[in-house]
Amino acid sequence: MRPISKDYTKQKYEQVLPGGINEWPVVELSRNRSEFIREVAEESIKRIKANNKSRDALIEEIETTLFREKLRIKRNPWAVDPPDESAFLNSVKDRLLEISKSENEAEKNEKLDQILEEIVIRYADEIAGNFKKSRYRMARSIVTFGFARLLNASRARGFWSIFSTQYTLQDKIHITGEVEQLRTLAKKGTIIMVPTHFSNLDSILIGWVISTLGLPAFIYGAGLNLFNIKIFAYFMNSLGAYKVDRRKKNMLYLETLKTYSSLAIQRGCHSLFFPGGTRSRSGQIEKRLKLGLLSTAIEAQRINYQKGKRDSLEKIFVVPVTLNYNFVLEAPSLIRQYLKLQGQERYYVENDEYSTSYKISAFLLKFFTKGSDISVSIGKAMDVLGNYVDEQGQSYDKNGRVIDTQEYFTVDGKIISSNQQREDEYTRMLSERIVEEYHRINKIFASHLVAFTAFVTFQRQFKKLDLYNLLRLPEEDLSIPYEQFRASFESVLAKVHRMYNAGEIGVSPYLTGEVDKIIEHGLKNVGMYHSKRPLIKNKKGDITTQDLNVLYYYHNRLAGYNLEKYV
Amino acid sequence: MSEIVGVIGAGSFGTAVSNILAKNVKVLLYARNPETFADIIKTRVSSGQKLADNVEVTNNLEELPKRCNVLFPVVPSSGFRDMIRELAPHLHPYHMMIHGTKGLHLQLPEKRNQDFVLNKDCLFTMSELIRKETVVVRVGCMAGPNLASELSLGHPAATVIASPFTEVVAKGKSLLRSDTFQVYGNSDLRGVELCGVLKNIIAIGSGILSGLGLGENSRGLLVSRGLVEMIYLGKALGGEISSFVGLAGIGDLVATTTSTNSRNYTLGHKIGQGATLEQALSEMEETAEGVNTIKIVKQLAESQGLKPLITDTLHKILFEDMTAEQGVSYLMRYQGNIDINFL
Repeated sequence: MRPISKDYTKQKYEQVLPGGINEWPVVELSRNRSEFIREVAEESIKRIKANNKSRDALIEEIETTLFREKLRIKRNPWAVDPPDESAFLNSVKDRLLEISKSENEAEKNEKLDQILEEIVIRYADEIAGNFKKSRYRMARSIVTFGFARLLNASRARGFWSIFSTQYTLQDKIHITGEVEQLRTLAKKGTIIMVPTHFSNLDSILIGWVISTLGLPAFIYGAGLNLFNIKIFAYFMNSLGAYKVDRRKKNMLYLETLKTYSSLAIQRGCHSLFFPGGTRSRSGQIEKRLKLGLLSTAIEAQRINYQKGKRDSLEKIFVVPVTLNYNFVLEAPSLIRQYLKLQGQERYYVENDEYSTSYKISAFLLKFFTKGSDISVSIGKAMDVLGNYVDEQGQSYDKNGRVIDTQEYFTVDGKIISSNQQREDEYTRMLSERIVEEYHRINKIFASHLVAFTAFVTFQRQFKKLDLYNLLRLPEEDLSIPYEQFRASFESVLAKVHRMYNAGEIGVSPYLTGEVDKIIEHGLKNVGMYHSKRPLIKNKKGDITTQDLNVLYYYHNRLAGYNLEKYV
Repeated sequence: MSEIVGVIGAGSFGTAVSNILAKNVKVLLYARNPETFADIIKTRVSSGQKLADNVEVTNNLEELPKRCNVLFPVVPSSGFRDMIRELAPHLHPYHMMIHGTKGLHLQLPEKRNQDFVLNKDCLFTMSELIRKETVVVRVGCMAGPNLASELSLGHPAATVIASPFTEVVAKGKSLLRSDTFQVYGNSDLRGVELCGVLKNIIAIGSGILSGLGLGENSRGLLVSRGLVEMIYLGKALGGEISSFVGLAGIGDLVATTTSTNSRNYTLGHKIGQGATLEQALSEMEETAEGVNTIKIVKQLAESQGLKPLITDTLHKILFEDMTAEQGVSYLMRYQGNIDINFL
């Protein structure tokens, strides 16, 4: 292994599009916002009608939507919900009743169309982002300038260092991986960035990454819940976010959302969504992705081909990204939810550490004045079928032969056909490829490795207990003699290095050198701001924990690599 | 220009498939061996079957993907990988492949670390091999009670086309369907492939019983316990139970465990009559896939902690020094378990 050194390069990236902000597709989109919403609505209505061919089916669909929406308002209301929602739903209900009484066929159809259009336009309007150039510039400079000041004040010495430029955010947030390829391809085609999702901070972090790399703003799928919090709402609106409401699972909403994404991609807007859907509650890298938004990438690519956009200039590229943290603010509550829910997604009230702007600010202050770096690994770009592409956007198969992505959408190499089931299957294949790439570009930190080693050792010590019983043990009962811990750690570390050399995983530069130093670094960083530390050395010098649940959470980051047997 | 479909492999099943396809479309049949090819050209007979008029024969593998959008590879699993690698540079993402090979491919890493264990990732069904080696994604298989010799006589029969892509299933149906040939669809590709693969093990067992002259009760016992073992293994390897009770599972199992036309059954029969594996193999004209399957499944089961009783016993009979009689008495002395525990 190499000695410890920086694995990121700190540099100022030129803007990818020299013409500046006015050339960005997202600016174009927001300039014609109302027109675009209309277009989305029209297209969505077409699709909804195709799914419900008869009038009765359509009425039933609207009734289902009505019922679910009312239930949502009652059970899980949010601050961002528009105040007139209830009134609107009631008016829909009344008008549906009128339709059922009416005798006039033409009138019935007309009224129904009217209702459908109103609902869909409401949805589209809610989803649509509200990108503003001035706000974008403003937010960008707050983040870059403000945080840089904090950083310098804490790292360099003395009061005047607050004006120093020695440290920038790039010393805090390391960007590694296929940066140049991403920048090149952003000039050519349309990028779909799909990051892992661990923390609410991800959205802002990735926004900063995009702007730092000189890329035009991406449109984002951001959870509507984040807009409950003012400070997030401000940043995200200005960064080009569109809103995804996980509570709305009715077909009308989902179709509108997918149409929005698909049309924006077709217009060449770089776009970003977290394909895991929500933050990973277990702390594991996403294994299953949500296929809804991902399918819009494939659909948009096919439609572009159908429109004759054959050039690699208009191709769609999927770029997986992993965000690697030593510390996830929400870890304790996420893992609690995970253990409670065990995957059953229901209505429940979220209890976020990010609940107030004050808490976030306090965290950010801590984050920038103390240690704990974050690293962002940019993966190799792929076409929508998961084949790697080169800098020219050309797709290659595993043997290095050039392939024409368009041919996946034909049965004879010539005529492009649209086939929903085929594209669903392609979406599933693409999601598998993304997960594979996540595991490959994931960067292992010393903190992940100590957490993993310790938790697996505890599991060994209490072989007879299942996970839940183990987690219920009092923390005092848990300790590992340092020598034993060190030996296990070294063995896992050796395996991780072998995997790194085989290109199966990324590692942090801190994972090299003397083992004791690495362990020390790991212990210092793992979940460092939690009031109860997941892993510490006690007075005797043994390894112990103050919060086993959170240790389990950080351990999960390395689940799925079959490393257990090396502990 | 009317459609032309490619068939790779002019063995008895490949030939039978060609003739079935020929009722609906033009067929381009590939024969690898130059002598066989010359023979077929001269006589219009392939593997003892008269070729339909619209079956064209070629010796040039590249020609198939150039002229055909749908290909049916029907070659023994032992030669499948070489064939697919040769074909790969000429394939495009628009090609569809529906294979008819009921075998497995075991691929061990070239450099094996000390910590290497054999696992599911080393095991490939033929469709997975196609996915791995080529750019073709729309892959399917055909499986079911399809004894080549009976198909060639035009007796009524049926097959399952399995693929996660409904367009592949639909295409397979439209190409193969005829008055004497039914086609069903299934989306559980891996399950259906495993049915075809695993039933060959039981077919060898059934052949041994008949070679020993042990009668129909014993066969009934073997077939039903064999199905349970197929499901046990199939589930562990990622198939769905439902596929095993369908045409490709029970349907095929019944046909191959009772018919003297089945290669695996015939091989078992010879062994039951006292032949060694070498002798039995030397008397066979075509590959009995079950032999290789037993070897692979046995290895995999060991490393995965699975205990397939019938497969283990057959492995002992075929490759170790257990005789067929000893094998039967070993199985009969084994503590009987619950009849059905998977439904």
